[in-house]
Amino acid sequence: MRRSIIGRSWPNAIAVVLFVFFIFPVYWMFSTAFKQNSDIISKTPVFFPLRGTLEHFGTATGAAQFWEMVGNSFTVTVLAVLGSLVIATLASFAIARMKFRGRKSFVLVIMLAQMAPWEVMTIAVYMIVRDGDMLNSLVPLTAFYMMMVLPFTIWTLRGFIAAVPKELEESAMVDGCTRTQAFVKVVFPLLAPGLMTTSLFGFITAWNELPLVLILNKATGPGSAQTLPLWLTSFQSLFGDDWGATMAASTLFAIPVLIIFLFLQRNAVGGMTAGAVKG
Amino acid sequence: MAVQSEPVRVQSPKRAAGDALNSGRPFAGPSLLSRSAPYLLLLPAILATLALLGWPLVKTFELSFQNLNKRQLILHLTEWNGFANYTDQLTSSEFWHTTGRTIAFTAVNVVLIMGGGTLVGLLLNRLGKKMRILLQAALMLAWAMPIVAAATVFSWLFDSRFGVVNWVLDQLGWHDMADYNWYSSQTGTFFVIVLLIVWQSIPFVAFNMYAGLTTIPAELYEAARMDGAGAWRIFRWVVFPSLKPFFLSTTFLEIIWVFKSFAQILAVNAGGPQGLTQTLPFYAYIQGTGNQHYGIGATIAVLTILMLVVLMAYYFRIILKQEDEL
Repeated sequence: MRRSIIGRSWPNAIAVVLFVFFIFPVYWMFSTAFKQNSDIISKTPVFFPLRGTLEHFGTATGAAQFWEMVGNSFTVTVLAVLGSLVIATLASFAIARMKFRGRKSFVLVIMLAQMAPWEVMTIAVYMIVRDGDMLNSLVPLTAFYMMMVLPFTIWTLRGFIAAVPKELEESAMVDGCTRTQAFVKVVFPLLAPGLMTTSLFGFITAWNELPLVLILNKATGPGSAQTLPLWLTSFQSLFGDDWGATMAASTLFAIPVLIIFLFLQRNAVGGMTAGAVKG
Repeated sequence: MAVQSEPVRVQSPKRAAGDALNSGRPFAGPSLLSRSAPYLLLLPAILATLALLGWPLVKTFELSFQNLNKRQLILHLTEWNGFANYTDQLTSSEFWHTTGRTIAFTAVNVVLIMGGGTLVGLLLNRLGKKMRILLQAALMLAWAMPIVAAATVFSWLFDSRFGVVNWVLDQLGWHDMADYNWYSSQTGTFFVIVLLIVWQSIPFVAFNMYAGLTTIPAELYEAARMDGAGAWRIFRWVVFPSLKPFFLSTTFLEIIWVFKSFAQILAVNAGGPQGLTQTLPFYAYIQGTGNQHYGIGATIAVLTILMLVVLMAYYFRIILKQEDEL
């Protein structure tokens, strides 16, 4: 009897420990952001703050050019994701549905491109952008972010298109649709979850990107082309030990991503596995 | 290409498809447009890849053969210096130390991620519904946290004076840790970085593992259990073989991701103390942009890329075999 209770409860016990391990940093970020300073720098950490404050959010959003960077981040991210969705829908339809010479090589290039070492290519990108006199601009940033998310987008959409039964398209064509019409009217609506999931991942990649913007858009001040990841890394050096404001800044940066994740949770897991586990 | 070797028949693709399907006549053979359709569809992707990925890649190689420092940059000078950057780096002990450090760093992270992720995935498969959703929510949050935000939060958790980690260690009787400065030592900084990376990477592996596990038919487990197999043997002979492609591809992905990690290293301690937690991508950045030795930075980048290529080679052989089955 004793053994079976332990046998039944140990997975739950471990699950609770893991739950705390994974959620605590996120919880700590939120709770610190809303805590009063006296609770943040108390000798004994206050785990369940009762007295909240919005003061830290005021400090964070009051930082120079904060709203400008919010605008920059959204512009770059959304345009990059939309661009890659358009290009990727065309390409993934070709590799999922058509047989042609060079298909396999293209797939291979996509898989290689997905592992492109952007982190070490920043110096070359810097030279290219500088020679084009486009430093401190959102245009090259958008273009390169589009490229960063493109291979993944193609690869994932390919999976989603392949999952739509070919018979659906064929019967639409028997009913008189052209191949383009069959795609637009039959396949495309079924791709909605796939497009959502894919853009979610693209959004996160572009939103989080740091190495490239760090080297391309160094200029600060009004009208700068800096984005939020840069703002957040420099925040700590600017605000020193103001952990309340720093956590408020982290919260503001993380919140769009967390909301998207929770909103699309089911799709996220399904889409991710569709892309990653093959066969 | 195949397109040109076949006889060209000019006909609109709409009519070709429509005629063949509507009239029931035998398919008239693909027209030029429908045969070039896949290439037209791929064209934007190919152009973007060549311009935005191919060019920087070629440029990296090109720069690695140049003597390109602050002066040359400002004056727009191109000074080729052959293999000087390479001999410079390949005989530099700092380069080799950084390489060794990067490999060890990658190995530690990937072992922890794959081991931890697999165990969490197996656990998810055993939990009841409520508990599973709870744990999945926590994993999802950790996974969704932007790297820069997560790194900032970890700096706060490990803050020497008011950080909650030092407080907990102190309470547990580890009084030396009360005001411990994690960022003053290589081990301390690496501990924070590794924990950060593992914390964020386990969810991906665990979710995939769990999704894979749900596809294994229950009969397989039953049959194994009937034959008297224990938990380990079931994992070794039932779970592992079914999920082997998953293990291979995920391990490989994690190796690449960890090997390339940059934002975590920058955000946690900027490669400090004294550059002792620099890994190759960060070293290339410091040499190139930080010290304005762009040519040297590009050389380190090329050497890093070559190492990544070696890492990829074995994996791609496996992937290509799988690709045939697709």
